[in-house]
Amino acid sequence: MRIGVVTFPGSNCDTDTLEALESLDVGVESIWYQDADLAQVDGVILPGGFSYGDYLRSGALAAKAPVMAAIRAQVEEGALPVLGICNGFQILTESGLLPGTLRPNRHGEFRCDWQTLRVVEASPFFPGLMPGELLRLPIAHGEGAFYVPPGTLATVFQQGEAWLQYVDESGLLNAVINPNGSMANLAGIKRGSVAALMPHPERAMADYLGSSDGRRLLSAWLKGIGQEGSYAG
Amino acid sequence: MAAFEAVVTVTLKPEILDPAGEATQGVLHHMGYAVRDLRIGRHIRLTVEAKDAEEAEGLAGQMAEELLANPVMETFRVEVSAL
Repeated sequence: MRIGVVTFPGSNCDTDTLEALESLDVGVESIWYQDADLAQVDGVILPGGFSYGDYLRSGALAAKAPVMAAIRAQVEEGALPVLGICNGFQILTESGLLPGTLRPNRHGEFRCDWQTLRVVEASPFFPGLMPGELLRLPIAHGEGAFYVPPGTLATVFQQGEAWLQYVDESGLLNAVINPNGSMANLAGIKRGSVAALMPHPERAMADYLGSSDGRRLLSAWLKGIGQEGSYAG
Repeated sequence: MAAFEAVVTVTLKPEILDPAGEATQGVLHHMGYAVRDLRIGRHIRLTVEAKDAEEAEGLAGQMAEELLANPVMETFRVEVSAL
């Protein structure tokens, strides 16, 4: 199995993500944003960073890159597993592969902190991450407030697209713990074979880094891709 | 083909929070200005080749729909003038 990590101009978590994957003993491949050939990979990660300097809107310009057209085609035709992290999440909403959009943080500040997350909905792409399970992961973003138009939030939950929520340390939802003004404290969204989250699992790969829950999340994803096995690039 | 200038003005929908606008309004208050409302938008000026103003307006509108504005949170207005 091989996982591709895309580098856009301005990506800055691509190397960390490649290293995190290598520590899980999976083959990795760095993919340049101008390349549209995904034949060698079984899954793709869009890493964090500031693609195109966040010009126009975060993720908007990267969403039109050649690699994104290829990813869209492979998601639609072959259910290519895709995981977006931070800026990768912003790129996926801008490309329309995930619903909604990510707005500047409500308080206007960049927020770099540890957050507890709760799994809302299980996914076949993340076996073992059951509803109610808690994960401790770091966030680092200025534009992470998930937003969908009025009247459509219920649909996100009904369709099983609400994946992760910011909760307090005991696992309860509350407004104070919401780090950015996200609707319904949403931190992660999924749709079909595509999932994305604002926190950085690749920065939580070992206890000495503060948490190894990122390792749990990425391991689950790799296991899910192996089990799904339907995708053949 | 003639050249037309199109100005695309992108604005946040009224129900969308605008933290940058709020912060700017706060500073204006601090400076002593009685500003009641302040929203930050985007002004994009482009020159496009088209056979007439109508086509130029259509093209600019398409660009706005596909890239310049995000329909989830923004609306836009196009104004075209001959160069």
